[in-house]
Amino acid sequence: MSTIPSMIGSPIRRREDPRLITGRATYVDDVKMVGTVYAAFVRSPYGHAKVRSVDVSAAKERPGVVAAYAAADLIAAGLNVSIPVAADLPGLKKPAHPPLAIDEVRFVGEPVAVVVANTPYAARDAVEAVAVEYDQLEAAIDLEKAAAGPPYVHEDLGTNVAFVMPVKTGDPEAAFAEADVVVKERIVNQRLIPCPMEPRSMLAHWDTGAAHLTLWTSTQIPHLLRTNLALLLGLGEIKVRVIAPEVGGGFGAKLNLYGEEIVVSWLSTQLGRPVKYIETRSENFAAMTHGRDQIQYIEVGAKKDGTITGLRMKIFANLGAYHQLLTPGIPTFTPLMSPGCYKLTGFDCEVTGVFTNTMATDAYRGAGRPEATFMIERAIDLVALELGLDPVDVRRKNFIGSGEFPFTTITGLTYDSGNYAASLDKALELVDYKGLRAKQEELRKQGRYLGIGFSTYVEVCGMGPSAAMPAPGWDSAQVRVEPTGSVTVMTGISPHGQGEETTFAQIVSAELGVPIDSVSVIHGDTDKVQYGVGTFGSRGTAVGGAALKLAIDSIQAKAVKIAAHQWEANPDDVEYKDGKITVKGDPSKSMTTAEVGFTAFRGVGLPPGLEPGLDATRRFEPPNFVYPFGAHVCVVEVDADTGEAKIVRYIAVDDCGRVINPLIVDGQIHGGLAQGIAQALYEEAVYDENGQLVSGTFMDYAMPRAHQLLAFETDRTTTPSPVNPLGVKGVGEAGTIGSTPAVVNAVMDALAPFGVKNIDMPLRPEKLWKAMHANSNGKVNE
Amino acid sequence: METVNIEVNGRSYSNEVEPRLLLVHYLRDTLGLTGTHVGCDTSSCGACTVLLDGISVKSCTVFAAQAGGHAVTTIEGIGNSGALHPMQEAFWAKHGLQCGFCTPGMIVSCIDLLRRNPDPSDAEIRAGIEGNLCRCTGYENIVRAVRAAAAAMKADEPRRSVAELLPVGAS
Amino acid sequence: MITAAFEYYRPASLDEALRLLGGRDDAKILAGGHSLIPMMKLRLAEPAALIDIAAIPDLGRIDFDGKRFRIGALVTHATLAANRDLEKNAPALWDAANHIGDPQVRNRGTIGGSASHGDPSADYPSVLLALGATLSLAGKSGSRDVGADAFFRGMFDTALAPGEILTTVSFDAAPASAYAKYQHPASGYAMVGVAANLRLNGGTVGEARIAVTGVGDSAFRAGNVEKALAGARAGDADAIKKACSNAASGVDARSDSQASGTYRAAMADVYAARAVSAAAARG
Repeated sequence: MSTIPSMIGSPIRRREDPRLITGRATYVDDVKMVGTVYAAFVRSPYGHAKVRSVDVSAAKERPGVVAAYAAADLIAAGLNVSIPVAADLPGLKKPAHPPLAIDEVRFVGEPVAVVVANTPYAARDAVEAVAVEYDQLEAAIDLEKAAAGPPYVHEDLGTNVAFVMPVKTGDPEAAFAEADVVVKERIVNQRLIPCPMEPRSMLAHWDTGAAHLTLWTSTQIPHLLRTNLALLLGLGEIKVRVIAPEVGGGFGAKLNLYGEEIVVSWLSTQLGRPVKYIETRSENFAAMTHGRDQIQYIEVGAKKDGTITGLRMKIFANLGAYHQLLTPGIPTFTPLMSPGCYKLTGFDCEVTGVFTNTMATDAYRGAGRPEATFMIERAIDLVALELGLDPVDVRRKNFIGSGEFPFTTITGLTYDSGNYAASLDKALELVDYKGLRAKQEELRKQGRYLGIGFSTYVEVCGMGPSAAMPAPGWDSAQVRVEPTGSVTVMTGISPHGQGEETTFAQIVSAELGVPIDSVSVIHGDTDKVQYGVGTFGSRGTAVGGAALKLAIDSIQAKAVKIAAHQWEANPDDVEYKDGKITVKGDPSKSMTTAEVGFTAFRGVGLPPGLEPGLDATRRFEPPNFVYPFGAHVCVVEVDADTGEAKIVRYIAVDDCGRVINPLIVDGQIHGGLAQGIAQALYEEAVYDENGQLVSGTFMDYAMPRAHQLLAFETDRTTTPSPVNPLGVKGVGEAGTIGSTPAVVNAVMDALAPFGVKNIDMPLRPEKLWKAMHANSNGKVNE
Repeated sequence: METVNIEVNGRSYSNEVEPRLLLVHYLRDTLGLTGTHVGCDTSSCGACTVLLDGISVKSCTVFAAQAGGHAVTTIEGIGNSGALHPMQEAFWAKHGLQCGFCTPGMIVSCIDLLRRNPDPSDAEIRAGIEGNLCRCTGYENIVRAVRAAAAAMKADEPRRSVAELLPVGAS
Repeated sequence: MITAAFEYYRPASLDEALRLLGGRDDAKILAGGHSLIPMMKLRLAEPAALIDIAAIPDLGRIDFDGKRFRIGALVTHATLAANRDLEKNAPALWDAANHIGDPQVRNRGTIGGSASHGDPSADYPSVLLALGATLSLAGKSGSRDVGADAFFRGMFDTALAPGEILTTVSFDAAPASAYAKYQHPASGYAMVGVAANLRLNGGTVGEARIAVTGVGDSAFRAGNVEKALAGARAGDADAIKKACSNAASGVDARSDSQASGTYRAAMADVYAARAVSAAAARG
């Protein structure tokens, strides 16, 4: 394999794909066990109501029904638990969150009872037979009203405010004192629904003989889920095995422990049978965590030359009715990343977390950082508009310089590496900025509205240093050179579409010189793989890959010792070169990893005192986060008749450090762009004033289809990260974080002739049409 | 109960089914063909797409009883690791999938798209997969895959096996 | 996702279907099922019996004698979308058939099923109004013909009486016709859809039939636009735009989370002009 070193940076086809493209992959619902029974949940139709009674007796009489439980039945049988929240903050209010509502329901879709039957059809029918009496209560839906006063989601708290977190750094007073202008705006980051294509799916199997539980579940965090589940069920961790088989997308929403997972696991222990629960899409819309949902009041101080001096923010974050695993932690990322890639001297922010009668918000692709990036990138454009400057110039004026890294921001983060001007330069060149502005001018004369929008983003990922995380931030890898020279990798991350079965094999192949098809990457099974933290926060390769690199280093160090002993050479003179072990300066001496691996396995001819075997388990504790960045340019044309914004071009120049597999990196960017663009133009979770989820199906929630998007133009710059031994940064969330403001900035630029400064997302045609057709009174001309 | 006689991937089956049994559940649970997925409950997402007498349908919106007397092709019948359909190979080569959940339905839809229009433009491809949702790819590489498959099918390239194609890079 | 249980019948003749249907008021006709099955899966509809008419011969035919189309109720959208006669001689319906739902829905969904459903956001009702189509309804005591104007009565409300089955849709050729659709961004239904059917005298509009769907509780004719268009020059975009103003006047336009009634009404004008221009260009 003379091509081995080129494995790094090579667009290798994914090794995951043969099973996926032939329909032979095994997702949770594809796991079939004899004797399986099927759970279905009875869910609240009200946003807020007292539960007067739950009667499951008629359901139990239905044909095929095995069992039915209300909350009281669970508690009586010993399952009296609260769904855990891992994120914590000073003074955080943590109301109990039972897996089945006890005497009050607080969002539409909250489970109140569960039925179990021999078939999914019988279970669904039995749901109809459960009688629940509710007394409807007034619902707290509007975020700002809920922050201000009653009705309260949790009456006993006497407030809907779960926490208030101030962040004040630098000298905001001085910063604003030296500002020539102060731009104020109310920025809304609407609620989104993650919509992985595979809904939540779980199969629990209690082995009565072994007194052991196996839970197959569609999760991003099998090990953390096992630990929490074992604690909640009062089982030793060794009595619980969690398997994340093929997982059909997560986007942060499967970075959680759901009440359904607790209940289904518990049901299996009670019934002694495998219990399966596959939620419907409607349930997924209502009862899997949502994302975003912030209102930000901002004030930006700037000098006449475009220098941004200070930033004040008051953020209201909608938490939903209860905490899920990371709910209160998500909005705390927002202030940290609010300075973006700019230098400020004063920052003053307050985040208020608010309960409402809605589904909990939690991580969704970007998780607290898109809210920051959207705000600051919009703010830059608002400043440019106010001062009559080109938004590109204002960005350049305030960039952290390429020579200033590592750079500690005003909010205390240390950006690892970057070259913001380089990515912007490349994007401007690709888009022909001058030519576009000329074209825009020309089209305006014809009554056509072209807009050009920028986003120069930086994001924080590679989650993360353990001290800065609500859970361990490290991850693990075990590498085993098998007797015949193939290599098994056990990774603690839990990929579900990100392709690490391929990228990790590329790394192993390049470093150990084994053919890529001799490398197996195993993940997602707590009985097979050493403890790992999982896949989220763009950490798979930046943390899990770094752990893999450490394990490879250990293997190589041992292999070198063995080879040196065989050659009676000084280990210092032996090295790995191009995937082979050689003596420096003597190309005639060469051994492969497989050869050394067999020697190590055979246990003969090893240096005295060296253990047999060639394997290593290592953990990487990140010393810092990593900070990918990039420059996006969006060109839109808005139809003056309808207000439809059509993206004409989308250019994304991203920098995620060193690239292992460009095919996969580009794919991650594409998917991220689609979700970020969708936030700008299409998607919005809408609750009515009673807490009904109006956008509760794909018929109402506009997750984009192919014709609503366009061909993306992607390019990259490469600025390695010094934080990990691979030099990589994360790429899973970058496209989403970077793209939303570019689209909105482009549309606002298109509508500049109408005096429009800000319109809330999503930029539905009607809003743009109204802005274009409003008369001086703000009324639409009929 | 209804007796249904259905040909699936070239084999004949006869089963007693509840009239309300959806075709997708018949395929997945009665026959164990789990490559066809369920992604929604409003006939929106297309994850359950199969060919019914050679034409793409959403198997969540057809009762098994309605399919009686007809022939169904699922992703398992499209091609296998020994002989990939050009569409499967193109999805692989162009990285037209990530989590893979929408992929079987997407591939089946794309095959039907090329049946109707063997040489589609990018806009026609995008319109042609309107019935299939994907949350991972932004559709970009799916469009590229369909383009590549159209070229391969036009050139009548032979089916290749996974083993032949591993471990080369993307084309 | 899982429907309530029902009895399933698959009659081999129209008479048998009518006999089955006539005996009970809790049965529904199943054609392509693409309106009915989604509602059943959400348990918004729970018919006790389904009468699957797929096996009834002749309901799947398209006849065109050069003047008039007769389209069987079981003809799918995809079949209409691929029909050359229709493309040339009644392109408004061809446009609509090409833009209903998505490819898989078009492969199963039928013109009869869609029309019978009476969905206020469906595409066909406006086209059938603009074409002046006749809908043939079979009942136990024979068949009756109803004009599209009388057939679409309101939200999910048609002239179909209990025990009746829609069998045929017929209309005269309308070569200068078009359907312009503003797709709902999530459902793909018509947020606004306008069908235009023009009779052109040389370069001017003689008679116009304009119908709008997606805006009101039911598709409706835009009478004022029809009047205003008479005599307009077919190539005069400004004149057409002017004539198409207030297409939804007098209609209580519906609102949802995607579009308010005000906006829908305004878009009726925009899409009326687009449909009329497209129809005029075909004349």
